[in-house]
Amino acid sequence: MSRVGWLRVPLTVTYVFLYLPIAVLVVMSFNASKTPFTWTGFSTQWYGELASNALIREGFINTMIVAVSATVLATALGTLLAIGIARYFRSAIVEAYSLAPAIIPDLALAIGLLALFSLVGVTLSLFSVLLSHVVFGMAFVAAVVIARLGQTDASLEEASRDLGAGAVTTFFRITLPSLAPAIIAGALLVFTLSLDEFVIAFFTDGPTTPTLPIVIYSMVRFGVTPEINALAALLLLVSFTIVLSAQRITRLTDSV
Amino acid sequence: MTPAQTSERGASGRRALSARTVFAGPGLLYITVFMTLPLLLILTYTFFTRGRFGGVVWDFTLDNYGRAFEPVYLKVFGTSMLIAGITTVLALLLGYPTAYAITRLSPKWRTVALVLVVLPFWTNFLIRTYAWIILLNSEGPLNRALLDLGIIGAPLGLLYTPGAVIVGLLYAYLPLVVLPVYASIERVDRQLLEAARNLGAGRARTFLDVTLPLTLPGVMIGAIFVFVPSMGNFVVPELLGGGKTVMVGNLIRDQFLEARDWPFGSVIALFVVGLLVALFALQAAIARRINGKKVARV
Amino acid sequence: MQRTFKRSGIALAGAAAAAMVLTACGGGGDAGADLNPDADLTQQSLTVSNWAGYYPEDLAEQFTAAVGSPMTITNHATNEEIMAKLTAGGDSGIDVAFVSGQFAQALNEAGLVEPINADFVPNLTNLYPEAQELSYDPGNKISVPYAWGTTGICYRSDLVDEPTSWNDILEPSDDNKGKITALATERWLMLPAQKALGFSANTTDEGEMEQVKEKLIAAKPGLLAYDDTTFYSRLVSGEATMVVAWDGWCNYGTAENPDIKFTIPSEGSDLWADTMVILKTSKNKEAAHAFINYILDPTNHAWVAENILYKVPNAPAMEAVAGLSADFPNMGYTPADLLKQEGLVDLGDAGPMYTEIATEVTSS
Repeated sequence: MSRVGWLRVPLTVTYVFLYLPIAVLVVMSFNASKTPFTWTGFSTQWYGELASNALIREGFINTMIVAVSATVLATALGTLLAIGIARYFRSAIVEAYSLAPAIIPDLALAIGLLALFSLVGVTLSLFSVLLSHVVFGMAFVAAVVIARLGQTDASLEEASRDLGAGAVTTFFRITLPSLAPAIIAGALLVFTLSLDEFVIAFFTDGPTTPTLPIVIYSMVRFGVTPEINALAALLLLVSFTIVLSAQRITRLTDSV
Repeated sequence: MTPAQTSERGASGRRALSARTVFAGPGLLYITVFMTLPLLLILTYTFFTRGRFGGVVWDFTLDNYGRAFEPVYLKVFGTSMLIAGITTVLALLLGYPTAYAITRLSPKWRTVALVLVVLPFWTNFLIRTYAWIILLNSEGPLNRALLDLGIIGAPLGLLYTPGAVIVGLLYAYLPLVVLPVYASIERVDRQLLEAARNLGAGRARTFLDVTLPLTLPGVMIGAIFVFVPSMGNFVVPELLGGGKTVMVGNLIRDQFLEARDWPFGSVIALFVVGLLVALFALQAAIARRINGKKVARV
Repeated sequence: MQRTFKRSGIALAGAAAAAMVLTACGGGGDAGADLNPDADLTQQSLTVSNWAGYYPEDLAEQFTAAVGSPMTITNHATNEEIMAKLTAGGDSGIDVAFVSGQFAQALNEAGLVEPINADFVPNLTNLYPEAQELSYDPGNKISVPYAWGTTGICYRSDLVDEPTSWNDILEPSDDNKGKITALATERWLMLPAQKALGFSANTTDEGEMEQVKEKLIAAKPGLLAYDDTTFYSRLVSGEATMVVAWDGWCNYGTAENPDIKFTIPSEGSDLWADTMVILKTSKNKEAAHAFINYILDPTNHAWVAENILYKVPNAPAMEAVAGLSADFPNMGYTPADLLKQEGLVDLGDAGPMYTEIATEVTSS
């Protein structure tokens, strides 16, 4: 650690800054008091109340429907797209175009999609949110898989084809298995992103099917409650678990 | 060239074409329909007249662009640039040394440190913002701690200020600076640094003359990743700014929800997209020059 | 709380009978789609969108028990939000939407609202006569009022003297600077300055609005925040001493701290109404009418008033909850009191001007 020297200071500041609010949320979620600011004693009652909150439960179900379907679709499309770009196109422009949905400002994408759905007459619903989430999810999967394809050797696939295996066989027996870790990591990232996505859902969701972030938004607007603290702690746990497993999967394969 | 060879080349060309279509076709089509088309649609809307209940009336006009230059909106652009700019500078001041420190950790700790930086970014953005409502509240832990320590006599009005907005944005986007900067520092050739040292350049000199310029492209990417989303964020100004700070994001949201003026909202949204593209182009140009120089020097 | 719902069931049966007689006589007028008096309400699944926290928690269960239609209630945070969803095109899936009067008027002009068929809402007669002639929809042709009231100043009587003028908010004394919140939603953001300057709350005069803007910009440094949703809890916590508030929400503060009081400034204020509208896209129009009729049943509407602490425009219902005015004086405001204030109507083409001024004020 000696090489870090005085840089320890900004390093510490950064981590305190990043984790202090999270720590406060988690601690306060076990607070017995009804006001979310003052600590009066340990309690798990807010987790109980959370479980019985119908709005949150419904929002959670809606979010899961979108996140799971978006993950499946975005992973399939994104993986194919990545292979197409890395193995067949090899064009920086096409690659940039494919990754654009991941960096385009979400608000611009959100209103564009709202305008499109409204013009074509697509009813706003969970389905329109799903369509919207797939577009940026796909870009994230493609980015992860392209990075992986850059590390793996195309010669194995060529050898397979030279030995007479068809394109389909080569894809399923050679390409896909070597990409599996990247695909899983990409899928987990899309899932997390969709789970937490607010801006696009806010504009493209139908009024009768709020996703969890939309429910949270209205709760936060109506003030701070210990219930949100409990929900925050749970969501942190879910996101952390997913990201850490994604990290683990990619790392394992890097060392292979 | 024999006829056989030509036909073989043609066949392989066709095969590549069809493989391209099979693999990349669906994805590219999807992006075209659900990203490019929507953006072109709002571009089209900017040239037409507001419909009273949202949407547009198909009467051609350029007024929507003219309106963007009214003092009210110029002021909002100005404030947004200032707040996003301060956020970006702070993010770099904190993010660069952090990234630099991480490159100096042992490989094992490096991964841990990087994951810890990214982790908060993957959690619900609203909840991360909400955490600051609690922290900065006049009844909140920060004020309480300062009061208990006797540093202040009365609670500070931290929440509902532009400062609170900056803190919220910094919190939201700091990881987006650390990662690209880390990657660019990592890429700096150690031999180049050693060479500089051997030629008698001090640490500071080496950093300023070698490391900093070479990592500039990464710094710029990080800066763009903080600056542009900060301008387009409407949740943080609303929740932490108490509605008293208006950013470009709020303007866009209000044009779509309150005024139901889609054409004007589209103009502002496209401005943000344009800003992103322009900054990336600038970044690419600078990166090319720096890389070019490096090659020339070596 | 023990409640009997037999009465509303009987009322409904009566309504159906009355409707049959009337349609037999060839009534109906300009009502949109023909409603079927024999429709099986248990087959119509109703979806209603209301403001969060603006209805009794078990409203859906109680309605289903009484009328038979399965029911879902979804929430919106603001008029603007639900308006955007309803005007986006397609079938939103919502049968009945709760929106403020001027928004009901706008939705109707956009051609999205189903006319109310009075034959299917016999309880309409329970409405105060004053509530049947509100300026945004005289005769309740397209909307039915759910709650109504006014906007004023909600304050901590133990910390400040009773405010008497909107200027107490707009030009506060030094002690109160930074302890005041104002409403953020456009119409109500403008209201204090409009009234303080002696203008109409519906003014579309550019010169007048220019003065309103100047006044609001001058008032901004004195504010803690613009706040539509949590102002009463800021009074409870002491973060704020005076807030611009809708009368009913001030009562939430009063319930937690009796020192929290409501007053209407001397310059006058607005008369707002939150209404129920049936959407053209609804496939459950009979159940939608039955729902509105169910709400207007005196027992049920009184139950709503007790729950949300807002006045309802229902004469027998308000008689039933007259006792509430002991703890919450503004529950005792009569229709005549409210009618002294100015009814809000849609601004038409002046809408964008209001948004622009709101932007200028909040970004100043």
